[in-house]
Amino acid sequence: SQPEGKGSGALEVKFVPDEEVLKHIADGAGIKVRKDKTQLTVSVKRFVKKLENISDDEAQEILEEKNYVAALGICAQDPVGNGSSVSGGEVYSFQTPKRSSKMAELAAELAQTPGQSVAPDHSECPEKTAKTPQSSNMFLLLMHVFSLQLQSKKKEYVATTPYRLRKRLAAPDPYLESESEYSASCSEEEDEEDQKEVSTVLSGRKTPAKTKALSTPPPRNTLAKKIKEDKMSNLVEEYFEAHSSSKVLTSDRTLQKLRKRRLNQQTLHDILKKAPLAYAAEIKELNQQHESLFSKWMLQLHLGFNIVLYGLGSKRDLLEKFRTSVLQDSVHLVVNGYFPSITVRSILNSITEEVLDHIGTFRSPLDQLEFIIKRFKEDSSLELYVLIHNLDSQMLRGERSQQILAQLSSLPSIYLIASIDHINAPLMWDQAKLSLYNWLWYETTTFSPYVEETSYENSLLVQQSGSLALSSLTHVLRSLTLNARGIFRLLAQYQLENKDNPSYPGLSFQDFYQQCREAFLVNSDLTLRAQLTEFRDHKLIRTKRGADGVEYLLIPVDDSTLTDFLEKEDEDV
Amino acid sequence: MQKLMGQLMNCYVDVDSLEDEDYVQVSQNRIRCSMTSLTNWYETVTKKTDSETPSKKRTSSSRDWQSPPVVVIFKDMESFTTKVLQDFIVISSQHIRELPLVLIFGIATSPMIIHSLLPHSVSSLLCIELFQSLSCKEHLSTIIDKLLLTAQFPFKLGEKVLQVLINIFLYHDLSVQNFIKGFQLCIVEHFYSQPLSVLCCQPVDAKKRVNSLSHDQCENIRKLPSFRRYVESQVSEKQIALLTADNFLKEITQKLLEDLRVYHENYVSVLRCLHVFTSSLPKYPLGKQIRELHCACLENRVWETEEYESSLQLARMLNKSDLVTMLQQCVEIFVSSSGNEFDKTVEKLKEFLTQFQKLEAEAFQERDVSVSSQKELQKKTDLYHLQKTLLELKESRRSKKLTKFEMLRFEVVDYIDSLVRNYLVPADHKTLHEIAYFNTASVLRGHLNAAPRIALHTALNNPYCYLKNQALKSDGGRISNKAPDICIVYKLHLECGRLINLVDWLEAFSTVVMAVEGPNADAASSDQVDDIIHARFIRAVSELELLGFIKPSKRKTDHVARLTWGGC
Repeated sequence: SQPEGKGSGALEVKFVPDEEVLKHIADGAGIKVRKDKTQLTVSVKRFVKKLENISDDEAQEILEEKNYVAALGICAQDPVGNGSSVSGGEVYSFQTPKRSSKMAELAAELAQTPGQSVAPDHSECPEKTAKTPQSSNMFLLLMHVFSLQLQSKKKEYVATTPYRLRKRLAAPDPYLESESEYSASCSEEEDEEDQKEVSTVLSGRKTPAKTKALSTPPPRNTLAKKIKEDKMSNLVEEYFEAHSSSKVLTSDRTLQKLRKRRLNQQTLHDILKKAPLAYAAEIKELNQQHESLFSKWMLQLHLGFNIVLYGLGSKRDLLEKFRTSVLQDSVHLVVNGYFPSITVRSILNSITEEVLDHIGTFRSPLDQLEFIIKRFKEDSSLELYVLIHNLDSQMLRGERSQQILAQLSSLPSIYLIASIDHINAPLMWDQAKLSLYNWLWYETTTFSPYVEETSYENSLLVQQSGSLALSSLTHVLRSLTLNARGIFRLLAQYQLENKDNPSYPGLSFQDFYQQCREAFLVNSDLTLRAQLTEFRDHKLIRTKRGADGVEYLLIPVDDSTLTDFLEKEDEDV
Repeated sequence: MQKLMGQLMNCYVDVDSLEDEDYVQVSQNRIRCSMTSLTNWYETVTKKTDSETPSKKRTSSSRDWQSPPVVVIFKDMESFTTKVLQDFIVISSQHIRELPLVLIFGIATSPMIIHSLLPHSVSSLLCIELFQSLSCKEHLSTIIDKLLLTAQFPFKLGEKVLQVLINIFLYHDLSVQNFIKGFQLCIVEHFYSQPLSVLCCQPVDAKKRVNSLSHDQCENIRKLPSFRRYVESQVSEKQIALLTADNFLKEITQKLLEDLRVYHENYVSVLRCLHVFTSSLPKYPLGKQIRELHCACLENRVWETEEYESSLQLARMLNKSDLVTMLQQCVEIFVSSSGNEFDKTVEKLKEFLTQFQKLEAEAFQERDVSVSSQKELQKKTDLYHLQKTLLELKESRRSKKLTKFEMLRFEVVDYIDSLVRNYLVPADHKTLHEIAYFNTASVLRGHLNAAPRIALHTALNNPYCYLKNQALKSDGGRISNKAPDICIVYKLHLECGRLINLVDWLEAFSTVVMAVEGPNADAASSDQVDDIIHARFIRAVSELELLGFIKPSKRKTDHVARLTWGGC
């Protein structure tokens, strides 16, 4: 049967995409594990042989693929082990359907496994196809963990929120509780589902295709084909499942319900400073490896190449070290690309003003660039090292700014060394820019945290602008008249009263005028308008025209800041 | 549209006037720029034709005898707005009498684009003439020809490196410039990383340098794998001498370097000769381009490959005229080559040629015979006779001994084969090839054709690759729970759909992290621990945001949107 098997395998090779092959590699193990079981239940030895043949074929496929990869020029890995062995299929795979509980599940699993992992690969098969009998033990364990977690969660609720307890006592329906907590799926539901699944797996009847392969051997020749077809159709189904519904299934929990205060930038920084950096020794070793390249970088910079650094981890310290150790005696310019208000113009300005000592302004950056190029060409003794942290930052990634920087870097006496972090950063350069930049790529994975770089990023979790907004509010209002303060107070109070209304459009101008009149704050709508203009100029309020054409007023500050503000005001008064 | 147009013109006038000192005044005063002003300017300029007129980035003028046309060069035609272009052409065509204008369009795609960009009414106003620059492949071949396939330069590329460079060229950018850049990088790397590359120079210098080698450098030579192989093949006394006496080593090194040089010279000529033969074979078993043949020869012994076998087979079936022209070409190659070893070869080849000529003469006589037999066939016969004669003919052909021509052909092919076996030994079989050949392709690939996404992917999925800590070691596609925070957060986010709930994410993260610290975290400091975990989570999430995996989403409170599909 061997040649036959080979033949069929060879026929199908052509239609199997790379990801498939990779999946098969993962499956290969699974098939072999299953082998014992099948021998018990099914006494057809040929079938097993067949499977072996198939895996042989797969091995061959893998070999072929490897040859292909080698032919593309991926050769012996260097000691650092850059991931050139990762094939594209792994990196760019399709979107697959995900379930909301998946994350918690994986977390529990990760928490379970001490260091070395034993469980089958969940992330590869989102549909839990890998639930072979062997793994059901694992799954039971998981369930156990889940229920434990749930219990502890419930306890927490009992302890903290008596309201919930009462509700639960009144209505023991678990679904009601789940409504209060989740919208799409709750862990209890999930649990039940899981239980069902476990039982089905135990009875060996989960996915019909799989069980067929396990229990009833289909005609020999078609088996391999069938498995592969299943795989194919699975992939296709998964793809469409993932793209079919635009509805997103996630739980409705918000951070506010989590009884935890938001951290602001400063405290966050302090806390992180206290927390020990993991794997400091290894990171240091990595850095030392990179630092040994400094002299090489210098050589290559001088030979007309520019250097770009990529890889996970902040490369800021590395570049700083490069600067302090090598560039101490030469003219250099450091550009913090991650700074949110950096522009190309400011870079060019600092070159013209500080490097070239030119006073005067330019009509456009292009003129400025031309001037710089002229100066550098005239005077060959001028040399400038430009270090750019995060060349791919929000402000610099624009087409025009990249064009200007590229032209700048193409000057023979300007040496550019830059770092990029974004996964899509290389996309911002087209062929023309690349040839201007003349990059040499260096992989410098440092694993060090992006402390500086992320401090400007308006992070979602950090209570940013809170203190800033508050202080600006108080400062502006202090300079205003008492009446003006009263007007603002009214608006703020009204907004806070409506904070639970998600579709709150703002206070309409007419209503506001009415209220102000009643409080003796204004005498005509003209004075109110004048006052509002002042607020608007200080960005204290925002006006919005509703669907009915009425003007609505809003304070663009989040509720907690507003509450703080009102409290403070009350103290003052 | 008109504004853009005006701007184009304005800058056009401006640019010219900037150089034309006399005209600065006029053009600056001119606010509305029109064609008439342009023609006026043109007339005044042409009056004083003595000076060289400006040539600028986009605009340049060249002088004819009487009515010098203004040349406008559009560097990248596709990037212009079509409307502006059309207007410009229409307007300027109306003024063509006063202002002779030559437009040059630089087109990157195909010449058809000019018809798709401009409607017929506009394009008919143009008198189009097409110039095509050489295709990049031809440029590449010339470069390879001039740089690599000569014995002039001591520096050589190894097989893998060349392969990488050519692959980048063929599969990624088709850019000759990048190929040159890669070549430059190879030179830099070679001279930077190989201490013995001092010997990679012109033969005259090499002798001096060999003589002035220090002891350490001699040791370096002894460490070269190719040199070791050479030593092992020597008799024992010589081995000792090579390994101990520096002077003897220097002598031998000189000799070996000279050998290497001679090898290069011969190699190039024989390679070209072989290429003459293989490039005309059907299906090109050894490749159409000489670079493919070169790669094949560098890779391993070319005569052991199947492709070589099949191409020899095919060469044995060549017809005479092709064979003769090829032989003539080979003779030319050998004559022009500087190596003096080829005198004999040339003689031999010439001998072949004369034999062929003799054969031709004989063939004339033979032809009569064959013609007569042909005629016999053409005679009217019945079916039975025809079959019979055909069978006879077939029989005679089969039994016929090889004709003289065939014999000679075999001889020629065998001779070429022997040449190949003699001279096309792959370079890494040669002693001291490390001095001249750059062979670390991985470095090159890493610097030229980097894959930042894959590096990120590996770092996130398998931190052990970078951080050599046993705790991080894991098998398969999984990571251990002791991995750096960002890896854990990343792994968790992979399990989500398009939107991720931050609370769930945080909870999952703390579950993992708590499990690691679990035993030693006592209840008293749990609040603080919580804060730290929270902070670490925030840091990891904002790092992912910086890397572009997620972005804040307005669709639901406290949710972030994923920006990637599958793994990375």
